[in-house]
Amino acid sequence: MAKHHIEATVNGDATEFLCETEDTLLDVLRDTLQLTGSKEGCSSGDCGACSVMLDGRLVCSCLVLGCEVAGHRVDTIEGVAKGQALHPLQQKFLEHAALQCGICTPGFIVAGKALLEKNPNPTDTEIRYWLAGNLCRCTGYDKIVTAVKDAAVALRKG
Amino acid sequence: MRYEAPDTLEGAVALLSGAPGEARVLAGGTDLLVQMRADVVDPALIVDIKKIKETRAVTEEKGGWRIGAAVTGAELKEHPRLKQVWPGVIEAANLIGSTQVQGRATMGGNLCNGSPAADSVPALIAAGAVATLAGPEGRRDLPVEDVMLGPRKLALKKGEFVVSFLLPPRPPRSSDAYLRFIPRTEMDIAVVGAGVSLTVDAGGTITAARVSLGAVAARVLLVPAAAQAIIGSRLDRPAQDQLEAAARAACAPIDDKRGTIEFRVQVAGVLTRRAALIALDRARTA
Repeated sequence: MAKHHIEATVNGDATEFLCETEDTLLDVLRDTLQLTGSKEGCSSGDCGACSVMLDGRLVCSCLVLGCEVAGHRVDTIEGVAKGQALHPLQQKFLEHAALQCGICTPGFIVAGKALLEKNPNPTDTEIRYWLAGNLCRCTGYDKIVTAVKDAAVALRKG
Repeated sequence: MRYEAPDTLEGAVALLSGAPGEARVLAGGTDLLVQMRADVVDPALIVDIKKIKETRAVTEEKGGWRIGAAVTGAELKEHPRLKQVWPGVIEAANLIGSTQVQGRATMGGNLCNGSPAADSVPALIAAGAVATLAGPEGRRDLPVEDVMLGPRKLALKKGEFVVSFLLPPRPPRSSDAYLRFIPRTEMDIAVVGAGVSLTVDAGGTITAARVSLGAVAARVLLVPAAAQAIIGSRLDRPAQDQLEAAARAACAPIDDKRGTIEFRVQVAGVLTRRAALIALDRARTA
């Protein structure tokens, strides 16, 4: 059967791609569009390494079919920094050493940014619950929570 | 594998009923895509129902609320009114999975995945929700407790799918609550789930109640004996004890890695009592 021809907006750019029905959005991003910042961890929606924004909503791209995004807006980790300028949350991840191996980091940045856009002053508990779908096997999470809190302060100052 | 995203109910029904081989409805995909990945299912056709307006709408209807089967948990949480009227239903739907999963997961999918441990289902059953189905013979309504027959087994006929749920009008001083037990605080599947919906009179006596239990039998249970145990009472200690006993008596759970039979039966009583107390507290001020 012929591949699906999909038109969508990816990181603000009109984008076209071909995909099979069973290709996930994550497959499309990584293998077709070469946007390899989103990582494949579990492929079952448990680890959050593939987190992206779909129409402004945080989702696991491994749980979305490529053909579902026709006409929709997808924002990935590649769109978070503006040119060479890191997003404040990225900067705080570096300052607080909130990463070790780095595989989970793009997912945490996308998810953390989504939280801060919704809730500019989250508590530790709110951060931990919001990020419960992002697994990190290195840091023990404390540094990540600290980085998100500190980024919230930086963003509130503007 | 074919993918179709019709924008009408009739289009979806025609696809689902005309399909040779296995056809699957796609709403949020948080169960379907995992099962496809694990080769548990290999459908010949996927029918994405999200372009059908009715599946994505939340509307007031005859004093009640109609919720589209493909409305996501995150959308339910953000709705300005639903959480006041049906806090138990919304908290149950919001317990499913992570923030990411909430961005996609739906109550239609939660029900039609056919798991006895589905969190939103006991809350919907306690609420007296009715599922509206579309199929080759038109529409029909089915109480949510009659949709699931057993694990992965539904009362839906070929070509039928769940379009929406209707939550009934709410009398004054009514509310609901849902509690589940999991071994951690987030991101897990219910070992036991308990939903209670009730109405009290001005004096605080319970005049109507519905109780539902999840993960303690092959399907999510409506437990009329538990409701009867508290109707006419003010949920004082003897009524609580009778409620617990009735909830436990309804349980027919399995032993598995997540909980033993004894544990599930014990916890079902405790959670039912606690959910009833929360619902009562909410109803007094509703």
